Amino acid sequence: MKEIIDLLKEHDFFKEMPPKLVDDIAECGEKKSYKSGENLDREGDPADYMYIIRSGRIAVQLHHPTKGDLTIMTLNSGDLAGFSWIIPPYRMQFDLKALEKTSVIEFDAKCLRDKCEKDYHLGYLLMQRSAAEMEKRLHSTRIQLLDVYGTTN
Amino acid sequence: MFTELQTDLSQLTENNHSQNSWTPVLYKIVNKQIENDDLATLWMEPDGDLAIDPLQPGQFNMLYAYGVGEIPISVSSLLSPYPQISHTVQSVGAVSDAIFKLKVGDQIGVRGPFGTAWPVEEAKYKDVIIMAGGVGFAPLRPIIEAIAEQRDDYGEVNFLYGTRDPGSILFHQDVISLQSDQSINFQITVDHSFMNWRGNVGVVTTLIEKAEFDPKNTIAYVCGPEIMMRYGAYALLDAEIPGSNIYVSMERNMKCAIGHCGHCQYGPLFICKDGPVFPYPAIKDYLNIREL
Repeated sequence: MKEIIDLLKEHDFFKEMPPKLVDDIAECGEKKSYKSGENLDREGDPADYMYIIRSGRIAVQLHHPTKGDLTIMTLNSGDLAGFSWIIPPYRMQFDLKALEKTSVIEFDAKCLRDKCEKDYHLGYLLMQRSAAEMEKRLHSTRIQLLDVYGTTN
Repeated sequence: MFTELQTDLSQLTENNHSQNSWTPVLYKIVNKQIENDDLATLWMEPDGDLAIDPLQPGQFNMLYAYGVGEIPISVSSLLSPYPQISHTVQSVGAVSDAIFKLKVGDQIGVRGPFGTAWPVEEAKYKDVIIMAGGVGFAPLRPIIEAIAEQRDDYGEVNFLYGTRDPGSILFHQDVISLQSDQSINFQITVDHSFMNWRGNVGVVTTLIEKAEFDPKNTIAYVCGPEIMMRYGAYALLDAEIPGSNIYVSMERNMKCAIGHCGHCQYGPLFICKDGPVFPYPAIKDYLNIREL
């Protein structure tokens, strides 16, 4: 079975990151599995974890009082989840729910934040790469909001 | 005077077309499939001795609802034996609504075929990405049919389909078949989900990460709302697919369909005769010009 460090070295998010920094990040991670329907995190909870999905699928959801759980986007193998760990006040903005049996690398957010405080280069690289991913998702969400498939486009 | 004009027009066109391309050929509806609330597929056969020429994937016909008007609609399947034709129509205006409401046995006028075709042959022995958004599935469907017929001649085939919500998914039988077809990597996503939807949620461009392809040896076909095609092309370029290997199908209001009236002029191009299928480099400079 592959070690976390090996999994991170193969992942695009950590590509071209100095090996020492990847080692530091790996120290904060552990492998975990979630059953279908199980929540990894809930909106409003402290953002204590960042996730890399190894297999399976996660829904990013909001709960609506009458419509139930609304899925805003789905995340698949290789995707990251839980970006609230890096931005104060470190509170989850959405629910994260496993849609099927899902394996992740779960990173302890406090462990990561402490390392970022001690090594600003590590902090910069994680923030830079997280910001790029968040920008992609913001862009996707804006396109979703345009409702381009409506009949009036 | 009018008779003289008709004579002139028929002389003008008789050398280039088997029929006068100004005059609709009479067809009748022989089958109708309601796809969803505002969308139907109509199968038509000639109602007389005249028929239009065979269509190629990506080409369109001008469909004339008698007494209402005429609109361009791409061919949505080429499985029916000639001279039967198949078009999928969304009710979005007076003419499309009139066509949407036609019943089996009703008559319709057909002019065509017009425009450029998807270069399906060019994808042989290469990987393929077909990116469809919403009703854009319909013009791309004949590509899937053509590839399926000679599947061994193509590399990895990826069909990425994005639509508004689970209720607007087109061609349910095709989708079911594609989901179980091991020879095609079919991925579907919706922009807005319902509670019981267990599939992907997000824009269609996010599906590129699930596609299997060698960027330098891939042909991509994109069809959907113009915004979706613009961002779809960006995402394909970001995935290092050369722009010259990306094809898009453009849409504009059309009247004559043969490049005379200018309604569909797009910069120096006419969508009706230079398109609707264009290589991305041919139109990329115009896609970002406002109000073009």
